[in-house]
Amino acid sequence: MKTERIGNTRYGMAVDVDLCTGCGSCMVACAIENNTSVTPPEGGPNRGLTWMRVYRANNGKAYPDADTAYFPVMCQHCDHHTPCVMVCPQNAIDIDSENGIVSTIPQRCFGCRYCMTACPYHARYYDWWDPVWPKEMEKTLSPDVSPRMRGIVEKCNFCHGRWQRARAKAAANGEREIPPGEYVTACSECCPSGAITFGNILDEKSEVGKLVRSERAFRLMEDVGSSPKVYYLTSRQWVREMCDSLPGSGDEVTHG
Amino acid sequence: MADVQSKPFDASLLRRGTHKAPLSQFLMWLLPWFALLGFGMFASFLCFKYGLNQTGLDNRFAFGLWIFLDLAMIAFGAGAFFSGFLLYVLKRHELKELINSAVVMGFICYSGAIAVLVVDVGQPIRAWFTFYHPNVHSMLAEVTVCITCYLIVLLIEYIPIMLKHRKLKSIPQLLVFEFELHKLMVVFASIGTFLSFFHQGSLGGLYGVLYGRPFAYREGFAIWPSTFFLFILSAIAVGPSFLILMTTFVRKLTRKRLVGHVSYIFLARLSGWLLIVYVLAKSIDTLIWLNRTAPAVGFLGFDFYTQPEFGTWILFAEIALFGLLPGMMLISKKVHQSMPLMITAAILACVGVAINRYVMTIQTLALPTLPFEGFASYMPSWQEVGAFLSVLAYGVILFSLSYRYLSLYPREKELG
Repeated sequence: MKTERIGNTRYGMAVDVDLCTGCGSCMVACAIENNTSVTPPEGGPNRGLTWMRVYRANNGKAYPDADTAYFPVMCQHCDHHTPCVMVCPQNAIDIDSENGIVSTIPQRCFGCRYCMTACPYHARYYDWWDPVWPKEMEKTLSPDVSPRMRGIVEKCNFCHGRWQRARAKAAANGEREIPPGEYVTACSECCPSGAITFGNILDEKSEVGKLVRSERAFRLMEDVGSSPKVYYLTSRQWVREMCDSLPGSGDEVTHG
Repeated sequence: MADVQSKPFDASLLRRGTHKAPLSQFLMWLLPWFALLGFGMFASFLCFKYGLNQTGLDNRFAFGLWIFLDLAMIAFGAGAFFSGFLLYVLKRHELKELINSAVVMGFICYSGAIAVLVVDVGQPIRAWFTFYHPNVHSMLAEVTVCITCYLIVLLIEYIPIMLKHRKLKSIPQLLVFEFELHKLMVVFASIGTFLSFFHQGSLGGLYGVLYGRPFAYREGFAIWPSTFFLFILSAIAVGPSFLILMTTFVRKLTRKRLVGHVSYIFLARLSGWLLIVYVLAKSIDTLIWLNRTAPAVGFLGFDFYTQPEFGTWILFAEIALFGLLPGMMLISKKVHQSMPLMITAAILACVGVAINRYVMTIQTLALPTLPFEGFASYMPSWQEVGAFLSVLAYGVILFSLSYRYLSLYPREKELG
């Protein structure tokens, strides 16, 4: 299933693993921006509704050589044979041919979870419970994003509500394209260490365009061939070696 | 369901000339199965009311017990379409005395699998969207279409069996309908075979196309991965073995000879040869996967087997112990003369195919894909087990009722 590509926009992300402190601000910002409901305590670590998940990996050495790397992992917006788009039986997942954003149609999803098994990044999350928020938190809900119902699968869509706002603003200004910098995701905006950079990766002059072309950049599970649009950056050799090695070679600890 | 000479209360509904247990004894046999059905339905109700948080599934283990057992059950149910194909299309009349029971078993396996799938999806009310917004690239869409159509075909194949009931036969219009339907059975058997071949294959393709999961991904022919063909082959190999087991089980229970020994030998030989062909194809496929497919994406094949829970022993068990061995046994003349050996071989064959479905569904999800994540584990909840047990109970109840009131084994009277 080939992905059609129109225009010169491909939104993507560069995550500097060397800058990430694993604080989890990106996860909080993501949850608030996208009206992600609160998982009950019995949900446990693997039933959380987090469009972003920060994994921790250690180099396995003792002090003073011990080192840690944090990997914020969200939907990688695969550009080639997008695994989840390919398998969804009722076309409830779509990759926008104009900007490469992979998004889900919650009202069409019937919760078969085939996309979750297809995704090698475990970036898709199932709504195990009815969406509820503590009473006071309901006031913080974003009016631009619909809460999702129980029994469907959801995931990062590069803050699609923000994209729609930016597009509407551009249209109001008579522009066909969203100007650079007008559309950024919540996680990249709030990262205190500036580890996450978002933008059009096809634009070589943009910050994200330069980062993804740097020698420090790599992608998770690149050999698989799904052409993800989220890049990670590091200068640390052990991090690169770990990511080039077999699954399960790191020490997994996650937020969320 | 023991054989007794006294006339049962519902004798007027029973097949003429056959001896069945008294109605009270039959009802006592059904009672625990109804209890199990009720328990399972309660478990399913909890899943509908509160959602799939009632299960042991999570975001890593999105598929679990239900999908594994569905895949296994549908493979076992292959005896129905394959027997229909051999009898009606290839005119292998040895299967005439078994075909009715095979159709009922197939119907139970398929309808049971669909019932479990209804519980397994988060929004079952939207299941029809697959027909309205189908993704032609999705193996699951192919599965859904084929399984639905094939269930209809099975129902059509079931109708003549029901219409042969002595009470219904007394209605001339129904008798004519049954006669006309029977003439069309070759058409339905062919359609059923086509649909079921595709369906079994699509279930294999379901995992084989997951190129993001190098453990499951397989190269293939045209749009279909090799698992597409292996699932068909393994299903038609194990279907006859399952028929042997089920017929033996019913025979033990009823203490009656239901089919001639020739039929058992035919099924055993068929299952054995197909199993050997399957094992050969599976071995070639495994070698290609270990030496070419997995290394192409940065894996050494045996790296998948470093976890003790899923070591190379499971590969050996699936191919040799529960594949080649029962295959060799089932074609052996010595085994044909010994029912215990034939049954042992049939059990081994069924276990082998169940292991294959387990490996494809559970092991695939347990293995990590990201460099910094660990091995995942999963334990089904009682609700999952309960929902599945209700399908088992449904199967036993429907088969028992069919056996009692319909002509599942046409030679039962003669072999008595």
